Amino acid sequence: MSEFIQYTLQGLAAGGFYALSALGLAVIFGVLGVVNFSHGACYMLGAVISAVLLGELHVGFWVALVVVPILMFGFGVLMERLLVRWLLALDPLYNFLLTFGLTLILVEAVKQRYGVSGLPYEVPAGLTGQVSIGSVNLSTYAIFACLFSVVVCVAVGLLLTKTRIGMIVRASTEAPERTRALGINVGRWVTPVFGFGIALAGLAGVLAAPTRAITAEMGSNFIIILFAVVVIGGLGSILGAVVAGFLVGLVEAYGIAYAPTYAQIVIFVLMALVVLVRPSGLFGREEVA
Amino acid sequence: MSDDNAGTTGTTAGTTTGTTTGTATAPAGTTAGPRMLEVAGLSAWYGEARVLTDVSIDVAPGEVVTLVGRNGAGKTTLLRSVMGLHRQTEGTITLDGSDLAKRSADARARAGIGWVPDDRGIYSSLTVAENLLLPPVVHPDAWSLEKVYEFFPVLHERRDFPGTKLSGGEQQMLAMARVLRMGSRLLLLDEPSEGLAPVIVQRIGEIVREIKGQGVGVLLVEQNVKFASTVADRHYLLAQGKVVEHLGNEEFRAREGELLTYLGM
Ligand SMILES: Nc1ncnc2c1ncn2[C@@H]1O[C@H](COP(=O)(O)OP(=O)(O)O)[C@@H](O)[C@H]1O
Ligand SMILES: [Mg+2]
Repeated sequence: MSEFIQYTLQGLAAGGFYALSALGLAVIFGVLGVVNFSHGACYMLGAVISAVLLGELHVGFWVALVVVPILMFGFGVLMERLLVRWLLALDPLYNFLLTFGLTLILVEAVKQRYGVSGLPYEVPAGLTGQVSIGSVNLSTYAIFACLFSVVVCVAVGLLLTKTRIGMIVRASTEAPERTRALGINVGRWVTPVFGFGIALAGLAGVLAAPTRAITAEMGSNFIIILFAVVVIGGLGSILGAVVAGFLVGLVEAYGIAYAPTYAQIVIFVLMALVVLVRPSGLFGREEVA
Repeated sequence: MSDDNAGTTGTTAGTTTGTTTGTATAPAGTTAGPRMLEVAGLSAWYGEARVLTDVSIDVAPGEVVTLVGRNGAGKTTLLRSVMGLHRQTEGTITLDGSDLAKRSADARARAGIGWVPDDRGIYSSLTVAENLLLPPVVHPDAWSLEKVYEFFPVLHERRDFPGTKLSGGEQQMLAMARVLRMGSRLLLLDEPSEGLAPVIVQRIGEIVREIKGQGVGVLLVEQNVKFASTVADRHYLLAQGKVVEHLGNEEFRAREGELLTYLGM
């Protein structure tokens, strides 16, 4: 029982990384119609930048938690302005290929500079060790990462449902052309939304840094699972991205614990089952927009 | 400004009459008053296929003008071209005398054009209230939210429901209320009566008359000839992308039977 609770917590913590990243992927897809293949690489960059900040500049985790998303926002803005923007009028496949190419470049660049062996990162002071609840020992950091992800997801949810910007993002996600015809300059929101989505991937990277091997390749597997998350949650659904993120994290953790050989497969079996029962995903809209 | 194009209006009316079959004389409405919307010599394509040919129509403030024609005649394409959503066009479109060619759809909406699409265009991810509040207010005469709710009590009742949880008729009300809340001065209504019960069609008629009284211009696409004749001042008949008739409402009513046959209804 105590082990089960530990696995659950690990699953929810990992799920938080998926949920945050999938949320970013979902808002980008919603407003731009772009499937950002480089999202895994941006997650990786978030972790690598945190490690470099710590190793070379002695800037710790708490600062990284604020600074890295801001840097990644800037990176996203540049990426949209310099690259993605020019392909928006074309078939979405072009941007998919562009971001795929960008992924290869980013991964190779990090490999060249920092090697393949992985950068060190420690659990920040104050979040080390374990918390005992009854007879169960839980990792303090996993609890923190999990709660932090939930708080950020809720905050983004409130931003989307309670503010005018959120209303515009939801409207443009659902029907960009109609939203323009109602007097809203949708184009003005494209760059900030893209930057915001990338920042969320970067934030997931910072949170993951103390718990993962920080390598150039850490995003490669991540993006594949992220696509499974998006399919399970429903492409374009914000709530779906979050719920499926945590769900996949849990399934993966139980898989690793109880059926290590099949851990990866389990996620895709789950995906296949969801698609069989609900082709548009758990929270996907049934009518095609 | 608007007085200036009273001059050009004569030309447009002339051109329009020229393209009609000759049985119709230009209705009186055409020559009087400043034009709000003026479409001159508009042609439109989808790729190689030409779907509008040299269409010239106009709408004055407080005037209800219909576009009547069979499915595929090009009515929706004409509205989308005015809105700036269909770009493969030739010819000129002016609003209050200023050329819209270089303006994006959102700029046109902010200049006072309100689009009520044929599918009503209600957002499922927005509540009824959010559907109303999404567009910016673009004119001082815009309806306040209170006025909208007073006029459409059902929207007030359902304000926190997702927009698409409304019935078809209620969604039509919402789509119209949305552009009134925005303060649009020219409404483009694409088959608002389609698929709705007679009592709701009647209600839509009341709304159209109400906004007409406020000086709003309405370009109404309709296949429901009966309904069209109860609300409109003038009618353009569109066939295969061309204006083939331009009728005042009197004559339109007189020839209703013939027109119904013509429309295949
Ligand atoms: N997106 C499109 N691509 C190609 N052809 C289209 C498209 N939309 C409409 N058409 C064609 O243009 C013509 C006019 O269509 P439309 O403006 O929708 O007519 P209406 O609204 O009068 O029924 C039709 O022949 C239709 O098949
Ligand atoms: Mg149509």
